[in-house]
Amino acid sequence: MVSIGCVIKTPGNSRNNKTGSWRTFKPILDKEKCIDCDNCIIFCPDSSVNKQHDIDYDYCKGCGICANECPSDAIEMVKE
Amino acid sequence: MDIPDKDLLAPGHRGCAGCGASIAVKLALNALGKNTVAISATGCLEVMTTPYPETSWEVPFIHVAFENSGAVASGVESALRIQGKDDVNVVAFGGDGGTVDIGLQSLSGAMERGHNMLYICYDNEAYMNTGIQRSGATPYGASTTTSPKGTASFGEDKPKKNMPMIMAAHGIPYVATASIAYPEDYVKKVKKAAETKGPAYIHLQQPCTTGWGFPSEKTIEMGRLAVETGSWILYEIDHGNFEITFRPEERRPVKDYLSTQKRFKHLDEEHIEKIQKYVDAECKELGL
Ligand SMILES: Cc1ncc(C[n+]2csc(CCOP(=O)(O)OP(=O)(O)O)c2C)c(N)n1
Ligand code: SF4
Ligand code: SF4
Ligand code: SF4
Ligand SMILES: [Mg+2]
Repeated sequence: MVSIGCVIKTPGNSRNNKTGSWRTFKPILDKEKCIDCDNCIIFCPDSSVNKQHDIDYDYCKGCGICANECPSDAIEMVKE
Repeated sequence: MDIPDKDLLAPGHRGCAGCGASIAVKLALNALGKNTVAISATGCLEVMTTPYPETSWEVPFIHVAFENSGAVASGVESALRIQGKDDVNVVAFGGDGGTVDIGLQSLSGAMERGHNMLYICYDNEAYMNTGIQRSGATPYGASTTTSPKGTASFGEDKPKKNMPMIMAAHGIPYVATASIAYPEDYVKKVKKAAETKGPAYIHLQQPCTTGWGFPSEKTIEMGRLAVETGSWILYEIDHGNFEITFRPEERRPVKDYLSTQKRFKHLDEEHIEKIQKYVDAECKELGL
């Protein structure tokens, strides 16, 4: 049922929607090459890179921004 | 830059792959922190983050009509103030259509009344959510669905409305331009705006992969090109003091920016030359 005023009382519940299924290319991050600049975290539109630089494939849409903004070529986009 | 354990804009939102609007809001919310109420007009941001019964917002969020986010934000700010809750950030987000066209009067009123709030215009230079119609913020020459390139038209025939200077003319304490491609500069301005007593306005350029026509991985690169060519100038006006906050080492020709986007691909040398002259004049005026 729709609540009065369409109030949603569950902050952040869009997490139910696993946008990883949109992906056609997958970012693969090589931690050996990583220089910890955090560009991939800062610029990810889908909050899919955590502080340890692990990629969350549940939500990553495969846009490729992280790979494009990585100064040390540590991220490669490979076809799913 | 401080990286939070958890972003205040949750994933699972329906923004296009590579959407710059979500980067814009994620960075702003992380800078403002949990103690924030957000308001947003209709537009891509609202549509992609709140498909009922889901929301991506981790802070209280109000979706309002297209034309009244300035008015609603002033109401929220007044209600909080009357309750003695002076430490809550009130931030309104509006697209360029919602800000420079349809929401202009309510925003102007809010600024005039001096509410302690921050308004961020995330400018993707057209009405994207409804299918790329031109807005007052669409730049000269851009092809949109209501300013299409073709035999009878070369695209948008008017220069971009200078919204940050319209806000500055209100005499409010803080006005700034920003870009998602310069996150440190942007976040610094958001924090400064939040600390400012009274109204603050940030005009943020946000490249849009779908509306501008470039590959999704180039969202940030496009923002950088805009700044490096002088097509978008980063500055702030803090209590009347104007300052350029980023100077490109050498200004690149605007062609480098225009030629990488589908919306400008059709432009001939004559139009590119005209755009270069616009940009040169603007840079000269602002001292870049
Ligand atoms: C009064 C009114 N007119 C038209 C619309 C339809 N509409 C919804 S979103 C939108 C475009 C929003 O453009 P903008 O503010 O630039 O945000 P963007 O979608 O580009 O992020 C329009 C025309 C509406 N919701 N309300
Ligand atoms: S490909 Fe895009 S969505 Fe996926 S982790 Fe990289 S920046 Fe984020
Ligand atoms: S962008 Fe590249 S170098 Fe920077 S943190 Fe991410 S993987 Fe490491
Ligand atoms: S159309 Fe543009 S602003 Fe809208 S969701 Fe897609 S990339 Fe983001
Ligand atoms: Mg827009």
